[in-house]
Amino acid sequence: MLRFVLGRLAILLGALFASSIIIFLAVQIAPGDPVTTLSGGRSLPPAALENLRDQYHLNEGLLAQYWHWMTGLIHGDLGHSIVLNQSVASAIAERLPVTLELVLFAGFLIAVGGIGLGLLAGLRRGILDDAIVLGTAVAAAIPGFLAAVVLISVFSVGLGWLPALGAGSGVVGRFEHLVLPAAALALSGVAVVARITRVSVREESEKEHVETALARGMSNQKVIRRHVLRNAAIPITIVTGITITSLVALAAVVETAFSLQGLGAALVQAASDKDIALVQGIALVLVAAFLIGNTVVDLLYGFLDPRVSLGARAE
Amino acid sequence: MSTVDVLVRGRSPRRPRLSAGRIAEGVAIAVVVLFVLLAVFGPLLAPHDPTATNLAYSFVGPVAGHPLGFDEQGRDLLSALLAGARPSLIGPTGVVLISVLLGVTLSVLCAWRGGRTDAGISAGLDILFAFPAILLAVLAAAVLGPSLTAAVLALAIAYTPYVARVLRGAALRERAEEYIAAVEVQGQSAWLICTRHLIPNLAPLIAAQATLLFAYAFVDLAAISFLGLGVQPPDSDWGTMVAAGKSGVLQGYPAETLGAGVCIVVLVVAVNFLGERIAARRWRR
Repeated sequence: MLRFVLGRLAILLGALFASSIIIFLAVQIAPGDPVTTLSGGRSLPPAALENLRDQYHLNEGLLAQYWHWMTGLIHGDLGHSIVLNQSVASAIAERLPVTLELVLFAGFLIAVGGIGLGLLAGLRRGILDDAIVLGTAVAAAIPGFLAAVVLISVFSVGLGWLPALGAGSGVVGRFEHLVLPAAALALSGVAVVARITRVSVREESEKEHVETALARGMSNQKVIRRHVLRNAAIPITIVTGITITSLVALAAVVETAFSLQGLGAALVQAASDKDIALVQGIALVLVAAFLIGNTVVDLLYGFLDPRVSLGARAE
Repeated sequence: MSTVDVLVRGRSPRRPRLSAGRIAEGVAIAVVVLFVLLAVFGPLLAPHDPTATNLAYSFVGPVAGHPLGFDEQGRDLLSALLAGARPSLIGPTGVVLISVLLGVTLSVLCAWRGGRTDAGISAGLDILFAFPAILLAVLAAAVLGPSLTAAVLALAIAYTPYVARVLRGAALRERAEEYIAAVEVQGQSAWLICTRHLIPNLAPLIAAQATLLFAYAFVDLAAISFLGLGVQPPDSDWGTMVAAGKSGVLQGYPAETLGAGVCIVVLVVAVNFLGERIAARRWRR
């Protein structure tokens, strides 16, 4: 098991390193002089351009540039945002809480709502099951940005129950302003998790060991708890984990739709402003979060299903 | 099956389900064909100039000759929706073509050469897995400037690992089949074996992958356009229309957003359904 965990952590480190290279190289891939890319094509005074060159060590080789960038990164120096005139690290620190709250809230909705609906549909056939199957098929196809605008239309403009835009202040205000964004972000995820949960429960309840347990005279309740849910828990946990991890990237769309000042919205704004340093910094944070989330899911898989971690050892 | 009836209470579904599935399949195919026709002929079918504005008609509802009414700028909504079909569908088509081409090439290369080639390509693909598609598209927009082309390229690169990973497994299994060894012994060139035998035998899987990929790419491109980083004005696709309609939504006129949204959801549901059917049909064989 230890070897499995260490192996996964090594893969995580490798992936973090590789993605840092890709994000670093983004500036080089851009057509034209890197200085022009870094200044976002703005005409700056020669002294400022010289300053940028020094800051990014553009007169040195590519490897040296990466080394300087990476050592800065490890010391928490992600560069300077030209548009915000602020250090990238502090800009990220300001916006991180909003994204974190949004993703955690939506993740909670996906875990509770998705698994709940899936169990409801999986354990009992009938109208409710059919309705959930149909509803989730449609809900899974509603992208976050569309859900956002429709929720605003219905619950803010139509019914006036919840605020449409912005972050709000105070605990209650912040919560109220997060309900619709979290719901929009979670909607398709809830549908995906509900469908997987339902299918897993159904598949598991058709297995022979369940038949045997029932033949032995075990009560339905006990069979469901000990034989069906325990085994179905593996795929359910994995898919829920992957779905919640993917929210990191999707948050950008929902934040923009609700004018929330989160990391994703800042990334989109920085991309339109060609504020490359800020784009690189936020992209690094989001990719790192995504990779760490994936690693956690992998580890969970190993803990839940010993065959996975044993298989890793046999390799 | 009787145990299921005991454990999972309620009546089990009636048997003749196949026909219902067939009907749904027909509907889904009809929807896809309709949307493809719209993408080809939509601009010609538009009853009015989709870019002509008239502020006097801002947010005016349906009237004769304008069945869906007008948007904020007083443009005819139906015409705008029809004109938006082409940019909405051309992007995901490009993504599917590029990533299927790359995915097939890489996976066949992996299966055929094996060893270091396989290990190298697989490692490279694993790294690309780290980048969520939308994130890569935003990065591309920042570096290359926002455009549909940049978004398509970024999504194609982001989706290639998904296509390649599935196809690699299948290609490896196919490679181990005896008939491949037989034609190899006959001295047929690797290129001929791959293009005549290996890839044609993977075709059903490739079709299923391409169909599901189209749905993903379509939604992602709409989201990127919604963010203002995809299709650029004066062109507009359904994603930009959802975004443009937001100010209307806040003023209580959701027609533009809803119209574009319905187009997106209907196409995604139909394509996803078809993709799952194609994949399931392959399974059954």
